[in-house]
Amino acid sequence: MVVATTSPPQRRQRRARDLHPGAWWIWALGLAATASATTNPVVLSLVIAVTCLVVVSRRGDAPWARAFRFYLWFGAVIVAVRVLYRLVFGGGSVIGDTVLIPLPEIPLPDVVSGIRLLGDVTSTAVLAGLYDGLRLAAVVICVGAANALANPKRLLASVPPALYEVGTALVVTMSVFPQLAESVQRVHRARRLRGEPGTGIGAMRRLVVPVLEDALERSMTLAAGMDARGYGRAGTASVRARAVTGGFLLAGLFGLCVGTYAFLDQTAPRWLSWPVLAGGIGCAVIGFLRAGERVQRTRYRPDRWRGPELMTAACGIVAAVGMRFVDPAAAFPSLTRMPEVSILALAAVLVTAVPAFATPEPRRVIR
Amino acid sequence: MIEVIDVSFAYDGAPFRVLTGVDLTIGEGELALVVGRTGSGKSTLLGVFNGLVPHFTGGTLRGDVRIDGTSVLGRPPRELADLVGYVPQDPLDGFVTDTVEEELAYGMEQLGLSPSTMRRRVEETLDLLGLADLRDRALRTLSGGQQQRVAIGSVLTMHPRVLVLDEPTSALDPTAAEDVLATVARLVDDLALTVVVAEHRMERVIPFADQLVVVEDGTVRSGPPAELLRDSPVAPPIVDLGRLAGWDPLPLSVREARKRVRTEPFVLTEPEPRPVPRGPVELIARGIDVGYGPVVAVDAVDLEVRTGEICVLMGRNGSGKSSLLWAMQGTGRRDAGTVAIGPDGTDPSDVPAGEARMLVGLVPQTAGDLLYLEDVAEECAAADEQAGAPSGTCRELLDRLAPGIDGIRHPRDLSEGQRLALVLAIVLTARPRVLALDEPTRGLDYPAKAELSRVLRELAEDGHAVLLSTHDVEFVAQVADTVVVLADGEVVSAGAVRDVLAESPAFAPQVAKVLGPQWLTVAQVERTRW
Repeated sequence: MVVATTSPPQRRQRRARDLHPGAWWIWALGLAATASATTNPVVLSLVIAVTCLVVVSRRGDAPWARAFRFYLWFGAVIVAVRVLYRLVFGGGSVIGDTVLIPLPEIPLPDVVSGIRLLGDVTSTAVLAGLYDGLRLAAVVICVGAANALANPKRLLASVPPALYEVGTALVVTMSVFPQLAESVQRVHRARRLRGEPGTGIGAMRRLVVPVLEDALERSMTLAAGMDARGYGRAGTASVRARAVTGGFLLAGLFGLCVGTYAFLDQTAPRWLSWPVLAGGIGCAVIGFLRAGERVQRTRYRPDRWRGPELMTAACGIVAAVGMRFVDPAAAFPSLTRMPEVSILALAAVLVTAVPAFATPEPRRVIR
Repeated sequence: MIEVIDVSFAYDGAPFRVLTGVDLTIGEGELALVVGRTGSGKSTLLGVFNGLVPHFTGGTLRGDVRIDGTSVLGRPPRELADLVGYVPQDPLDGFVTDTVEEELAYGMEQLGLSPSTMRRRVEETLDLLGLADLRDRALRTLSGGQQQRVAIGSVLTMHPRVLVLDEPTSALDPTAAEDVLATVARLVDDLALTVVVAEHRMERVIPFADQLVVVEDGTVRSGPPAELLRDSPVAPPIVDLGRLAGWDPLPLSVREARKRVRTEPFVLTEPEPRPVPRGPVELIARGIDVGYGPVVAVDAVDLEVRTGEICVLMGRNGSGKSSLLWAMQGTGRRDAGTVAIGPDGTDPSDVPAGEARMLVGLVPQTAGDLLYLEDVAEECAAADEQAGAPSGTCRELLDRLAPGIDGIRHPRDLSEGQRLALVLAIVLTARPRVLALDEPTRGLDYPAKAELSRVLRELAEDGHAVLLSTHDVEFVAQVADTVVVLADGEVVSAGAVRDVLAESPAFAPQVAKVLGPQWLTVAQVERTRW
């Protein structure tokens, strides 16, 4: 007897995984470039909204992911400071301005002529401060989004092999900070057991000495542990090969310095600028590649660029490029009329919301 | 597998040698247990195997060390990583990455193994050490025993021939310690790995050990455990019992000792039960709650301690012992509940820190946090001033607790036991009614623990109420009047030490396991025999 059944329809579930941190950074920088190319409040608000949407739907539960709201607060502070600044130093009205609140101007001595203190509050001043502040806030929030979405340790781990040692040092430094905070808390608590008031210079010293001793001891333990596990093993490169690599890197550095100087200083001979700069970059690249080759390390489950990564990065680039084609009148609206909204600008920003739905969910690490 | 030939080691500029003329051979697939008093050179000896000594510590090493037939002298630890796996004392301090899986892979990345090999070995190691469910966990959130197993796993993935463990169970509760040691024993059995373990609480490791290495003032004796233990300066209770009874060969496990007791009857009269403390109640805690966010650390705990009583808090790592001690001292967080100290019933959290420490003096887990001055004499003077005590009080207390500490020594240079004595003296200078100690036995060897229990008994007799938390069952058997066992922040059992310890399979001391619940320590047997 033959029994044939059809397998039940299965919904293909995307496996939860973290996106390559580089993809999130390209996406966020693209969005930041979009924001910096406009002062249109509608577009900027949309940028902030899209950023929040993506962060909320695709961030993990790591400490850096939870820090996103600080960037939002920081953005709000920027807007408020910008507007206040305009009111305090940019007050006063000319004919044709809409005066919102009439205020007297505080007369200042002639020495500081050119600075005005207070004066009539006009809609132009308020709007200029608002638009400007919103733009800066949007850029800051975009960077915050990249920080929240991309695991900084994974980002450092994907640096080229030649920079591996520097990358590891940075990763270790980052993990020291939470430990330091913990240590401060513990010592501060212990201080009270000796019946001491926790204030004054003396108390600072009593706090700092044990905390630093603690940190030093821990870093020695960590260094010993890393050494015992093979960190910093010498590669197989011969002394000569290393010398050649070093030579390339030095030549590259020299070329970059001289070339940049000549490029900026118009009186320097022209043959020193472009050719030397290009030669320096070439040498540096060769040196880097050679230095990377002799490194014997491998990566465990490296982050790879797959479909969702490419799509995410592309969204950011598309938005940044699309914004360049927006009519300047719509990108930088006049302060006296309602801002116009261009469909192209809205579309460019909305494209960047796609990763909120089209990328896999982040892995949940139990903390 | 390991040959140490005439090795001597001295730090640069030090007047004495840490190791002198050490000869030692450890066979392949054996488990060697390294014991000795604190500061005898155990850790130095372990460091010699993988080059941490002298590459990391400085100093001069003479002689030769061979592993698997080749001399490793002069090679730095990183070049030996694939030969010798070294697990440091505090695993958390040695972790480089964030999650279990990355930590297991870290060493292999350094060796430059291919990704497919790494993937396979990580999976094998996760299974071997029972860590598969924890693979994505952040390392900081693991329990002590789990962290220790991850630390062992992180060197095992490099497939070393030798595994060196520096006090792997010193911070663990009895159950977690058993777990880690069972894992190590399995590695020896299944993988034929050569394992070298240094351990203070040797009673749990001795049954697994093929060879015992006794380090004494820089010299080393090694041989079968039963022979060496006859006159070793440190010995577990079961060996002390065997020495007392004149058993030969000495029993090394509870099972062997029980067999002896059955075959050659061991006539004993039941010891006097420890007198129940009858002093006035010094500390009353009612309904103590402590929570950190969604985590409940202490849940409605009631506690009473009398004058002259030594009360011990026991329980797993993270069961709320420290939180409870800190909450009662008044410095730590307390969400609900009351504490009343002394006849006035003052709550330490209602008074300033300076007064609270006269009610409850707390010695924290990392006792060194209380020390910040350059020498012992300055610390003592500062303690007198802070407590408003006549000058010299602290020094006098210190001399009683640990005589002969030079006043010009730096507190960080003191041994574990001496530092604890100094902190204890500083805390006692304020004449607290209740003395609380959080895990005071960590890093203390058997003689130092015996000394601590004498000191605590004296303090209790002087009219202090003493409250302490520890994992060390044998120490509890020596020192405690009453025991309170916590689990998940709740009191699960409380009462006289004999009732609580003998009832629990995890907490029963070795002597009780052999002779029966009436006997807790070898000292009691001695007393009843004569």
